[in-house]
Amino acid sequence: MAQKRKIGVYVCHCGGNISDYVNVEEVVEGVKNEPGVEVAKTHMFSCSDAAQQLMIDEIKEKQLDGVVVASCSPKLHMFTFRGMSERAGLNPYQYVQVNLREQCSWAHTNDKIGATEKGINLVRAGIAKCILSHSLSAIRIETKPSALVIGAGISGMRAALSLADMGLAVHLIEKEDEVGGWALKTALMGPEAQNGPDIAEKLIARIKQHDNIMLYTGAELTEKSGNIGDFNVKVRLNDDSEVTLNIGAIIVTTGFDTYVPQDGEYGWGTDGVVELKDFRKMLNDGKLERNGKPIKDVVFIYCVGSRQKKTETCENPNSYCSRYCCTATTFTAKTLHALEEKTGQTVNQYHLYRDIRTYGKMETVYEEARNDGALFLRWDPENPPVVSQADGKLLVKVQDELDGNDEIEIGADLVVLSTGMRPRDNESLDDILKIPKSKDGFLNEIHIKLRPVETVIDGVFIAGTAQSPKTLAESVASSLAAVAKTGGLLKKGYVDLEPLIAKVYEDKCTWCDECLKACPYGAIEKNVCGDKEIAMVIGALCKGEGACVPVCPHDAIDIEGFRDDQIIAMIDASIKDIK
Amino acid sequence: MSISKNKKSEPKILVFSSSAISDPGIDMAGSAHMHYSTDVQIIPLPCSSGVKPSWVVHAIQQGFDGVFIAACGGDCAYLSDCPNRTSAAIRMAQDLMKENDISPKRLKMSGICSVCADNFVDHMNKFQKELEKLDSK
Repeated sequence: MAQKRKIGVYVCHCGGNISDYVNVEEVVEGVKNEPGVEVAKTHMFSCSDAAQQLMIDEIKEKQLDGVVVASCSPKLHMFTFRGMSERAGLNPYQYVQVNLREQCSWAHTNDKIGATEKGINLVRAGIAKCILSHSLSAIRIETKPSALVIGAGISGMRAALSLADMGLAVHLIEKEDEVGGWALKTALMGPEAQNGPDIAEKLIARIKQHDNIMLYTGAELTEKSGNIGDFNVKVRLNDDSEVTLNIGAIIVTTGFDTYVPQDGEYGWGTDGVVELKDFRKMLNDGKLERNGKPIKDVVFIYCVGSRQKKTETCENPNSYCSRYCCTATTFTAKTLHALEEKTGQTVNQYHLYRDIRTYGKMETVYEEARNDGALFLRWDPENPPVVSQADGKLLVKVQDELDGNDEIEIGADLVVLSTGMRPRDNESLDDILKIPKSKDGFLNEIHIKLRPVETVIDGVFIAGTAQSPKTLAESVASSLAAVAKTGGLLKKGYVDLEPLIAKVYEDKCTWCDECLKACPYGAIEKNVCGDKEIAMVIGALCKGEGACVPVCPHDAIDIEGFRDDQIIAMIDASIKDIK
Repeated sequence: MSISKNKKSEPKILVFSSSAISDPGIDMAGSAHMHYSTDVQIIPLPCSSGVKPSWVVHAIQQGFDGVFIAACGGDCAYLSDCPNRTSAAIRMAQDLMKENDISPKRLKMSGICSVCADNFVDHMNKFQKELEKLDSK
């Protein structure tokens, strides 16, 4: 380094979580003479307000230009100490956290000497990185006060309305000519007998009236460019005209498809074997007859197309639970029972299930169905029910686990398959949005618990059943979560992005385009610099994962915070002898 | 205070871990007080696809006996084809190791997910044994 650095090193006892196994005083001794270290000391709890204030005072007083705190995992307190650095007037990217607890003291409670030596090396590596750190500033982007919502089912409509109520301009696009999604096609829905079309139509009416919402039907996204806060998208309408929109964020609520059974799967293709949604329509019409004959016996088969195992006939199994079907089917039992009471016609119900997953308060639906007289028989996936035809009726054979696995034969007028959800095929949209998918094929969030509606594409959120099978209530909950994230982003007016991204060394770069090919985010562009062509990084698009780094044949690209010189210095410091 | 010269020396491993995926898995091993050798040093990176072959060679030349890449695997939040990209970087690193007369056996990679604590500890123990064998030849 050209000029001498002044680095503060603070080693944390963490009560005793660290100091019971790592001799923190020896760590301080081991690092205090490292080049660039101005001060090295211990704190009982570095994260406490008092310790933070002491560090802030020292950073100011000694004019430190780098800080290393060796404490817990950065997952816990990196942002705490970055904030502390900022309050002390130090650039937060000149702060380095060393993981001395989860990756040292706690992992080596059996070897105090070894843990202390390792600790010294870990802190030395942190110092080495800090010496080579420099001031970075977040990438600030102004956000446009408008959003694009893709898919006008219940989730998408609910999201559009809430964003519009916040005062944001909303463009709601729907591929179909009709908005409303599956709810419009589903009559009564569990658990509380709401009418799908009613719910949908109320939302549609509000959307059509809302000044802040532009609704486009028969519309598809054809292009997307730009970045969080400032996207440019093109939407093709059904008359082949195209509109260009400038928006700040995107919510994807493209929904699900239903599973279509394979020929012969639980008798699929045989007359009298129907899907749950068609049976629900039949109930809604109020007729309990088929081909002119009254229906006396109905068999429901659960988990069709859900929780599948890979077999010869099922090469790409849907291994997930579709979540809504148990409630929908047990609720249908209740609807059927109510119709029985109304018409005086007796119908025997047989429900063949694997596990009943009417979780939460939906459990009452299941209980009521049983109380109404529906019969529940449990089958093992090794011995699934078999549906065949006999004497003009359907014959269902099942081994009931709850009754000693005895084989039971049921003559049925109708077999209803409770089919699950499938990810929707949206190839062209997938190509444009580039949102990663889970192994189940649904769109994937960053973290299922901690960042449940955000995707790795900043400014693009997902909600509803595009993300995973959900009930309608769960879909709306996730859609409103996406609204909260979108609103928080767009109402603030700007967004700060991590500056730990790729940087190109102009002198080394020869524009061979390897980095361009490696980047899945379109963050590399060709740029002319003087008389040569070089790669340029688009800051707002770069994720800083570093896929471009090893492929560069000229060592001309690095990730800030993980630069080549920093990693080399860290390696050297990690292996240095303990004197 | 000075540290008394330490116990038997074990093979030294440098781990490159990815901060979003494998680091939490390694943290979890510590949180559960699962023991592995203190001769395992860890450097976090954003993603395993970004490991530079020259770092691997440099680490061995500086005195590490082996380098372990705790890869994001299929859970990578950045790249859906992260395992392929990481494998490609590993192949480049192995070639560079051969050029520098370093046995490619000194480099290992495995996907370490955010809850793969047992898995990580097993890998460290196994890798140290393999490195011991390699050095006794």
